[in-house]
Amino acid sequence: MKTVIDAHNVSKTFNPDTIPILAVNNVHLHLERGEFTALVGPSGSGKTTLLNLLGGLDKPDKGSILINGKDITQLSPNALIDFRLHHIGFVFQSFNLIPVLTARENVELIMQLQHKKKEEIDERVLNLFREIGMEDKMDTRPAQLSGGQQQRVAVARALASKPQFVLADEPTANLDSKSATNLLDIMAKLNQEENITFIFSTHDARVIERARRVITLVDGQIHSDTARVPTDLPHEGEKPRN
Amino acid sequence: MWLLKLAWKNMWRNRNRTAITIAAVFFSVILSTLTNSLQDGIFENLIKNVVSFYNGYIQIHKKGYWEEQILDNTFENSSKLSNLISQHQNITAVAPRIESFALVSSDTLTKGCLVIGISPDLENSITQLENKLIEGEYLSENDPASLLSEGLANRLNLSLHDTLVIIGQGYHGAMAVGKYPIKGILKFGSPDLNDQTLYLSLSVAQELYSVQNMLTSYVIGLENPDYLNPTAEKVKSSLGSDYEVMTWEEMMPEVVQHIRTDKASLIIIQGVLYMLIGFGIIGTLLMMMVERKYEMGMLVAIGMKKGKLMQLMLIESVLTVFAGCVLGILASIPIVIYLNRFPIRFKGELAKVYEEFGFEAIFPTSTNPEIFLRQGLLVLVLALLLSLYPLLKIARLNPVTAMKK
Repeated sequence: MKTVIDAHNVSKTFNPDTIPILAVNNVHLHLERGEFTALVGPSGSGKTTLLNLLGGLDKPDKGSILINGKDITQLSPNALIDFRLHHIGFVFQSFNLIPVLTARENVELIMQLQHKKKEEIDERVLNLFREIGMEDKMDTRPAQLSGGQQQRVAVARALASKPQFVLADEPTANLDSKSATNLLDIMAKLNQEENITFIFSTHDARVIERARRVITLVDGQIHSDTARVPTDLPHEGEKPRN
Repeated sequence: MWLLKLAWKNMWRNRNRTAITIAAVFFSVILSTLTNSLQDGIFENLIKNVVSFYNGYIQIHKKGYWEEQILDNTFENSSKLSNLISQHQNITAVAPRIESFALVSSDTLTKGCLVIGISPDLENSITQLENKLIEGEYLSENDPASLLSEGLANRLNLSLHDTLVIIGQGYHGAMAVGKYPIKGILKFGSPDLNDQTLYLSLSVAQELYSVQNMLTSYVIGLENPDYLNPTAEKVKSSLGSDYEVMTWEEMMPEVVQHIRTDKASLIIIQGVLYMLIGFGIIGTLLMMMVERKYEMGMLVAIGMKKGKLMQLMLIESVLTVFAGCVLGILASIPIVIYLNRFPIRFKGELAKVYEEFGFEAIFPTSTNPEIFLRQGLLVLVLALLLSLYPLLKIARLNPVTAMKK
């Protein structure tokens, strides 16, 4: 299996000069291609911070984060943005899409930033909308889409750049049960059929049930890291990874 | 291209905000254009009044005359010289003058006065002297009569068709004595001129002062006063060093100073106006930054470089401000033209004060196209400078902080 993320000894402290909060404390993490991983833990446990660090949105105070062998903590701010554009897909909790653009234009935007050719963009966008089952909504503005549909478009946009992995910060938090299941089905399908790596931070039991690896954070540290068989697949029980 | 498309769409995402920004720029351009065209129009009118009053735009004298204004400093009136001056573009008329001081008497009273010998038609084409006539008739060439200013006539207790006597010193100390009927009474706004001016036709004045065919000055009228200095320079270079060529600005530095002082105070008013414009624009920019902070953070997070985001914001600002500028210029054109044709007119006491000094009591606008372009550009540059604030915010944008709710 190809290593996608290799994080060593990663720590992050907020407000170091006033009231220091150790959000991520000496975390070691190794993720391989095709994983479907949930980062879980109580509020304030450091899930979002760790996700931000893995996605290059924030820099750790200590440690290294290697993505495909490249230490992103050493990159300049501009190089980091470029790295994110080409290697990491993001799905945020809400307000993912640009309201003035149609669903298609939102997805195209990423490839336009990558200076892709129009034909390539058109083909990929069509394929992605087929994957998420929304070919008929391509020219609809986000305001006319349901929350679930917006998140599906966000997944399509995250995949548009053909990233190494997709980071999703509580992607189902604002969705009803049906929309959440629908979104998870799509992500699980993309993971299984196209071997796309997904890492979620979540509180949502529905996401945790579908994950094949669950990393639990407590007080910024990895409390447990469990490989499991998703409930929608033949169940062989859980086995601890470390 | 996609960036332009996105900027265009963003411009209309909040129609009210865009409309407010465009309206702020629109009214700013109208206000600043109107203020400037009024300012320029008032000064143009002031200069026109001052120039048409007496001095003309340019005067030519024998070198040294302005320092020592005596008849010994005269020069010969020749058609060759006059033609040499007239041939310059922008010169509409060249009026010869002989000027000196003398005593003027009625039967019992004597006063000092300024005697001006003129070519009546040419003088009229520059200073519209005939318009100042309140009684009698205007002079004709070689007319052996005089035009007397109203104040001087009152002081000497003289009226139309009376005869006056002039006693003075002519060329090289010769006696200058003459007796002339009063053909017309002139009224000048300026008390100085009204109390001490007497006009004769040029040949009569030359005979009085024994300066046959000699002049103290050529007074020059211009087609376009904007080219005052270049025209003066050209005349100067064509005449050589025997003559002094003076613009009205050199002859009346106090008027230039007055205009400068007025302009300086108007700069302060305009500064306040631009500040108000600036607050209007920055207000909408701040609203926009708050509204779109999350989205900007998200765009940087997914891989849009800050430079690209800055370009996007700049295009949005340019499009919005440019639309306001163009609309503002288009709307201000008819207003300025209307106020040029039908200027604001003072009434009552203020009007009297203006008229007393020989000025029309009006506030016309200037229709110089440069004003529209200058003000449009100024507001555009101001708005673009203010747009640097959002760019600065983008440069410092941290996607994680920006996306925190």
